[in-house]
Amino acid sequence: MAVVLSLLLHGLLLSSMGEEEGLHQTQFLDTMFVRGLKRKCFDGEEDIEGTLAGIKAIPSYNLQRQSLLDMSLVKLQLCHMLVEPNLCRSVLIANTVRQIQEEMTQDGTWQMINTQSTGQASLDRLVSTDILCRSSRDQAEGKQGTAYGTLSKDFESDQAQDSSETISTASAVQAPRNLQSNVWEMESPQENKGNFQKSLDQIFETLENKSPNTVEDLFSEVDNSYYDLDTMLTGMMSNTKMGHCDSLETFSSPTNTASNSNCKSDLNDLDHIVEILVES
Amino acid sequence: VAGCGPDNQVFISSLKSAFFLFLPPADIISTVEFNHTGELLATGDKGGRVVIFQREPESKNEPYNQGEYNVYSTFQSHEPEFDYLKSLEIEEKINKIKWLPQQNAAHSLLSTNDKTIKLWKITERDKRPEGYNLKDEEGKLKDLSTVTSLQVPVLKPMDLMVEVTPRRIFANGHTYHVNSISVNSDCETYMSADDLRINLWHLAITDRSFNIVDIKPANMEDLTEVITASEFHPHHCNLFVYSSSKGSLRLCDMRASALCDKHSKLYEEPEDPSNRSFFSEIISSVSDVKFSHSGRYMLTRDYLTVKVWDLNMETKPVETYQVHDYLRSKLCSLYENDCIFDKFECAWNGSDSVIMTGAYNNFFRMFDRNTKRDVTLEASRESSKPRAILKPRRVCVGGKRRKDDISVDSLDFTKKILHTAWHPTENIIAIAATNNLYIFQDKVNSEMH
Repeated sequence: MAVVLSLLLHGLLLSSMGEEEGLHQTQFLDTMFVRGLKRKCFDGEEDIEGTLAGIKAIPSYNLQRQSLLDMSLVKLQLCHMLVEPNLCRSVLIANTVRQIQEEMTQDGTWQMINTQSTGQASLDRLVSTDILCRSSRDQAEGKQGTAYGTLSKDFESDQAQDSSETISTASAVQAPRNLQSNVWEMESPQENKGNFQKSLDQIFETLENKSPNTVEDLFSEVDNSYYDLDTMLTGMMSNTKMGHCDSLETFSSPTNTASNSNCKSDLNDLDHIVEILVES
Repeated sequence: VAGCGPDNQVFISSLKSAFFLFLPPADIISTVEFNHTGELLATGDKGGRVVIFQREPESKNEPYNQGEYNVYSTFQSHEPEFDYLKSLEIEEKINKIKWLPQQNAAHSLLSTNDKTIKLWKITERDKRPEGYNLKDEEGKLKDLSTVTSLQVPVLKPMDLMVEVTPRRIFANGHTYHVNSISVNSDCETYMSADDLRINLWHLAITDRSFNIVDIKPANMEDLTEVITASEFHPHHCNLFVYSSSKGSLRLCDMRASALCDKHSKLYEEPEDPSNRSFFSEIISSVSDVKFSHSGRYMLTRDYLTVKVWDLNMETKPVETYQVHDYLRSKLCSLYENDCIFDKFECAWNGSDSVIMTGAYNNFFRMFDRNTKRDVTLEASRESSKPRAILKPRRVCVGGKRRKDDISVDSLDFTKKILHTAWHPTENIIAIAATNNLYIFQDKVNSEMH
């Protein structure tokens, strides 16, 4: 469990290398991954040397792989929070995570990260880099100029889920084995939450020199409102019976090409949503 | 027939827009299906409604004005439900509609959401009896003292009324989400497939079904593959195929054993090592499989391609067509925004010479198997005035850019065409673009093929 936590810490710290770098991260990820070649870290650096001066250095393969791993774990976490996850999607994401882990084990990077004493790393830094990471990812999506966003996957579920308790302590930290069992065992969601909580407890226990109380305080500083807003919106979307794309247009696209009547209904729905937000 | 004659190129590039219907924003179309004659077209939406369109008979006065599709009937097929045991809401979204072959004056179709399949009977009433002796016009009992003579009630014509009634409800057959239903050629049985299991039902029996495929592992932690689509062979009632999230197809023979976990044939293309990436498996996941009308071939859709498989060759597809290969360099972004998990459907034309599938930006693609030509068309209000001929579109990938080309970065990934259907015999296609339905017809007179 501690291995996974330190793995993510490593990733998050690397991701905080620069907001600007984060912006281009996804685009560079695309460039790197399209080659489909498995390279070690030094090859990535060769690429950096090969590029012309003035062009931004391409993040190393390891960094990108790490970023993909983080992204996948977050996706699976969101799966877990939603009531009835799409099983096919969950399986495919979990397989991706497994592939990355296997490769990292072969590379030896898995071990390398394990031996880094992340226990000493300041947990305050964990909080700040997490937020940076998230915002830079969101900004990257905005830069792509399309009308989708991270909201889109939340709209898969019609069920407003009271998952704030699990979300606030999750922060994409979980052991792979427990992860899978949590994802698949839809038949007993209550049991899931128990397992999930248990593995988190184990993680907390292995952190050195930190009392459980401190850790819990730490995670309480994480921006929960982000998740709560999403789950609230999800619940509202199902209540107002808005179409998938319409809701995206309302929230993420400033240039709405809908007709006047659509605009009016969108505005009404927007008022409705603002009402609910204000009430809560 | 489309694709075979000298006009095949004409067909591919000159579809005209005959009809489009705009539904209220709440109703995203989730499935489209022509019946066996093409006279009826059914659509299901996210709100659990089914809308059936009927083709008007062609007018003799205007032979070039082909029959248009108008709304025939609308009904609420499924309602949202709550599974109290698991504390889960069951969506009312219609995942699939399949028509039964018509056996009498009534039409029948199967519609399914994630859990429950329903059989609906659609009947017409255009006459009603009048002249009862004991009841008056409104149905109230007459005062017997006013009845002085007897009359025979007669059937008088009335305005056409379409009645839809649920005849069977096939419930509690699935733990996981139903992704496909397929009616057997024997017209007595049908199958329903969810992520891990396939059940065989008799159309007349609702309290029992046979499990014919079960890929659930003993330990759910070992789950790495799910069923994504399945279909019965159009002629051989013992054969069916199912596709998986790992990109394989399995042809099963129900005569071989009661439980068809062991396939008769496994169709799998070996991975191209030079193209390998972390997304290889995801993009190889088959989102739809369709037998050709002839029964000789299968058509599959994965994220970037459509493939034609010969039933006699298991090692690789006989044809592969690139739908939007320019997305290959964007897979990470598409993974991040979940677009990589979009499930596109595919369709054959009546003669199996042209195949069609949807893409992003409200584009859809057609591939002529004989000439190897392909075309990209757009389903949008702006570019589809009624009777106007559709203009082919092009996505440019850098390099030379022609006027009206769209660059990859300006594609709208929220506008995806997942559901398409082709008329069983004619050059008429139905395209579902979010909450809009487009019906396109060949500009060539329908009599000319």
